[in-house]
Amino acid sequence: MNWLGLIPAGLALLLSPLLLGILNQVKAKFAGRDGAPFLQPYYTIWKLLHKGAVYSRTTTWVFRAGPIIGLAAIMATLVLLPIGGCPSLLSFQGDLIVFAYLLGLARFVTILAALDTGSAFEGMGASREATYSAIAEPALLLGLAALAHALPGGVVVPDHLAGLGVTAMHDASLSNLLLGLTMAHWMKLGVVIALVAMAFWIVTLVENCRVPFDDPNTHLELTMIHEVMVLDHSGPDFAFITYGACLKLWVLGSLVVGLLLPFHTGMLYVDLPVAILGMFAMAAAVGVVESVIARVRFVYVPQLLVAAVVLSAFALALQYGVPTP
Amino acid sequence: MNLMLYALIGLPTVAGVAALLLRGNLVRRCLLVVAALGHLGLTIAIWNQQVLPVESGQWLALDGPGKLFLGVMSLLFAASALYCFGYLERENLDLLAGRTDSTNESEQIFIGCLLFFEAAMTLVTMSQHFGLLWVAIEATTLASAPLIYFHRHNRSLEATWKYLLICSVGIALALMGVFLLAVAATGTTKGQEPIPLTVMDLISAAAAGKLDHSWLHIGFLFVLVGFGTKMGLAPMHNALPDADSEAPSAVGALLSGALLNCAFLGILRYYQVCAAAGEGAFCQQLFIIFGLLSMAVAGAFIIGQGDFRRLLAYSSIEHMGIICLAVGIGGPVDASLGFASSGIAASCGAFAAALHSVNHSLTKAALFLLSGNIRHFYNSRVAADVRGAVHSIPWTGGLWVACILAIVGVPPFGPFLSEFLVLKAALDQGQYFIAILYLLLLAVVFVGMTSVALSMAFGKPPEGEREATAPEPIWAVAPPAVLCLLVVALGLYLPEQLKTALVDAAAAWGVGK
Amino acid sequence: MMLELVLVFVMLTTLAVTGAGRLDTCIRLVGFQGAALGLLPVLLAMSGGEQGTLDTAAHTGWENAGWRVLLLALVGFVLKGLIFPGLLLHSLRAADVRHDVEPVIGFGTSLMAAVLILAGSFWLAANMKLPHEATSKLILPAALSTTLIGLLIIVIRRTAITQTVGYLVMENGIYIFGIAMASEQPFLVEMGVLLDVFVAVFVMGIIIFHISRDFDERADVDQLSELKD
Repeated sequence: MNWLGLIPAGLALLLSPLLLGILNQVKAKFAGRDGAPFLQPYYTIWKLLHKGAVYSRTTTWVFRAGPIIGLAAIMATLVLLPIGGCPSLLSFQGDLIVFAYLLGLARFVTILAALDTGSAFEGMGASREATYSAIAEPALLLGLAALAHALPGGVVVPDHLAGLGVTAMHDASLSNLLLGLTMAHWMKLGVVIALVAMAFWIVTLVENCRVPFDDPNTHLELTMIHEVMVLDHSGPDFAFITYGACLKLWVLGSLVVGLLLPFHTGMLYVDLPVAILGMFAMAAAVGVVESVIARVRFVYVPQLLVAAVVLSAFALALQYGVPTP
Repeated sequence: MNLMLYALIGLPTVAGVAALLLRGNLVRRCLLVVAALGHLGLTIAIWNQQVLPVESGQWLALDGPGKLFLGVMSLLFAASALYCFGYLERENLDLLAGRTDSTNESEQIFIGCLLFFEAAMTLVTMSQHFGLLWVAIEATTLASAPLIYFHRHNRSLEATWKYLLICSVGIALALMGVFLLAVAATGTTKGQEPIPLTVMDLISAAAAGKLDHSWLHIGFLFVLVGFGTKMGLAPMHNALPDADSEAPSAVGALLSGALLNCAFLGILRYYQVCAAAGEGAFCQQLFIIFGLLSMAVAGAFIIGQGDFRRLLAYSSIEHMGIICLAVGIGGPVDASLGFASSGIAASCGAFAAALHSVNHSLTKAALFLLSGNIRHFYNSRVAADVRGAVHSIPWTGGLWVACILAIVGVPPFGPFLSEFLVLKAALDQGQYFIAILYLLLLAVVFVGMTSVALSMAFGKPPEGEREATAPEPIWAVAPPAVLCLLVVALGLYLPEQLKTALVDAAAAWGVGK
Repeated sequence: MMLELVLVFVMLTTLAVTGAGRLDTCIRLVGFQGAALGLLPVLLAMSGGEQGTLDTAAHTGWENAGWRVLLLALVGFVLKGLIFPGLLLHSLRAADVRHDVEPVIGFGTSLMAAVLILAGSFWLAANMKLPHEATSKLILPAALSTTLIGLLIIVIRRTAITQTVGYLVMENGIYIFGIAMASEQPFLVEMGVLLDVFVAVFVMGIIIFHISRDFDERADVDQLSELKD
């Protein structure tokens, strides 16, 4: 248990709604509007927490439990996720599998809660979400596997990390992957890391229900995927869901940013701001992507997702050809 | 000698270019005939010369197999060219009379490509370098594709596309095989001089044990599958029936009679290298398997075949299978098939293969040319529509009966002798199972072909506007008649010069078990 | 490093061609692939000179080829990167077809099949023992996978133009193999090969034009099924 790990977790809890704000501002600027203020998501969550919730008579405890468990699962991933050069609270061998499955758990309870309402729209959204995740999850896991193969554990802990209280570099651990990545790795295995980063970017877009997979601003239930699943939640439940979505964007985005910014000087007051700026840039990039391209037709989305799987699989296969450092 | 070789390639190439540039159909047709006869003359002159042993590093040379196939190809081309002279005129008249429902390709392209086709096939027979051989075989595909699309309708377009794509893919695989041969030839010690990819050099390197055997195996497999696609070995035979049946009959004659031999030459050159390396047995097993499979597949499709042109195409597949089988059987070097003075001897199986390729080419070409006459007279490609050819078109009908009997292996025609020799080779080596299978498949094909083809010749001609007998122009009858006579002659007597050439060719393939 | 980047790019474009739906995207991708391949002889010559990442010196035979390498690279680049896609785009415009139809097994499945072939060729390449070491461990997998995926494209796609693209991909794969493995061959052979492929693509382009004109618009090879027994 590395108490320095409270810093990344705290930053995530604090700053993730700001990502959503930046994203919306970028979209507004592209559209020529003034847009909502950066801190708007905070106000929204605050307002929702103070409202009362309305529950349909057809729902059961599953519906009430969904948002709570989902938020809890995503917050649990924060325990495993390092950011910048700062280690995470917990790190053990194989924790990236726990990471992937916690995200899966959050998705699962959301789908269950949607199905619990008995409404056709929610059911439709749930089935689409399940299909997309079924293809996107192998992309995530294969990419993590490729990275784990490229950065095996059991190596000597570098000095700058030892100073931060990291005792061991475990095999298949997120800490090892994100903290152990250096510019030297990019020089030798740049192609592999770039491919995995591209795959993770597509996974980020699909898991957070962004264009080109799902339009968060649509008001037509037939075309929604995520919004329609949470259509019936209100009040604090909806606040939890919104907050959970912000956290999910932070968590998945930090994977991409961690791969693309492998600078670890060991001095936290340098690394952390750089990483935070990277997260903001990532949110802006999502905003740019949302503004520039259109949503892809439903029948072509699996193709795009399979492309992500192919990229991850290719990165894994390449390990045999490229000499390991 | 070299000058002759260049002339052999240069003549058709220059004539082809000239055909594309000249105006006037008659001029072009005369050019075609003159070029073909000139090529034949040069070939006869080369046959009279002594075959020199091929030196190391020589890219163009005519060794035993090359000379044999060149002779056959030249003869066939001359026959086809004479046939085409009148055929093109008849097609023109048909078009003007409105008898055909589709347009035709321009004669310019047809004659030009025909001559380029001959040039490419000549190059194949002369190439000693594997890379050049590959380029030449691909060139034959490209030169012959426009020829198939002479009659412009959907079916011939489909046949052309299939032929072009399947053969190009097959030949690309053969290219991989050639590269694998190069890898096998790079040798195990570093920094040594690379062995040039010519047949002679590779054979001497193989005998010295410098080639890597596992790479040779893989390469041979690629080349067998790749060139086998062009040659028509099952299961890669798909392009052949469509292409041979949709092309005009003279082109079909060349495709079946000459081109398949050229493709086989590619495989055989690789086999020569493998045999010199001591891997002959492996290759022969593959030859036997593919040979029998081709015969079986051909037999299956010949029975009940409705279209008589496709019948001939499947028969080509069967005979290619027989030739392949013959090389596969091989056998010990038979002194009785050699000449004590020159010291060359060949194995019975290889000799049978060489003889059969000659017999098959001559017979099949004659059949294709005759099928063109039949198709024109009866205006149909379906065998059921054709009845009483012996009465309506007596020359064609009579020759048709003779050649069909020849191709299924009835004595006294040539193919009987060569098929018998294959059987003898198999029995000599105690390969009883193969011999029985071979006879069974021959019987199947016999029944299938004769039931379709002979009923075309006899019976009452269909009623209708047909005249009782139709005039048969000399150009339509003379080339097939000459070829048929040659086949009869070969069945009765083997001239010494031909026997020498056959033994020379077979000696290259006759490394026995 | 540059060599590996180029080979990875080639493999990625092969996968992209398998998954691409629009016909002009397919053609352009194979053009990029060909352009990258044009650089390959030069890169091989450059990395053959250094010690590389292997202990034994790589024997490629390119070191003293000099101007021939440059000429081959230039011809390869122009032919494969510019002329072949140009010819095919010309046929495409003449045929006036836009979108491809679904491959026989669907886009997703064909991409998966391509990835399986890719993984298989990595495994195969690791198990083949070459007479001498290749310059980079990626060359043999790249060659094998490109050839086999090219064959896959020819088999599962239904439009004549994509079949031609598949043929080009296959030829690219064999070209990689030839350049890397059989580099001692006189470059006349390579030129002959390139010339043959050029004429092949030319003739194919003409036939495609006829197919699109005589059959319905889509140049769908499924319609070419009249000849059968």
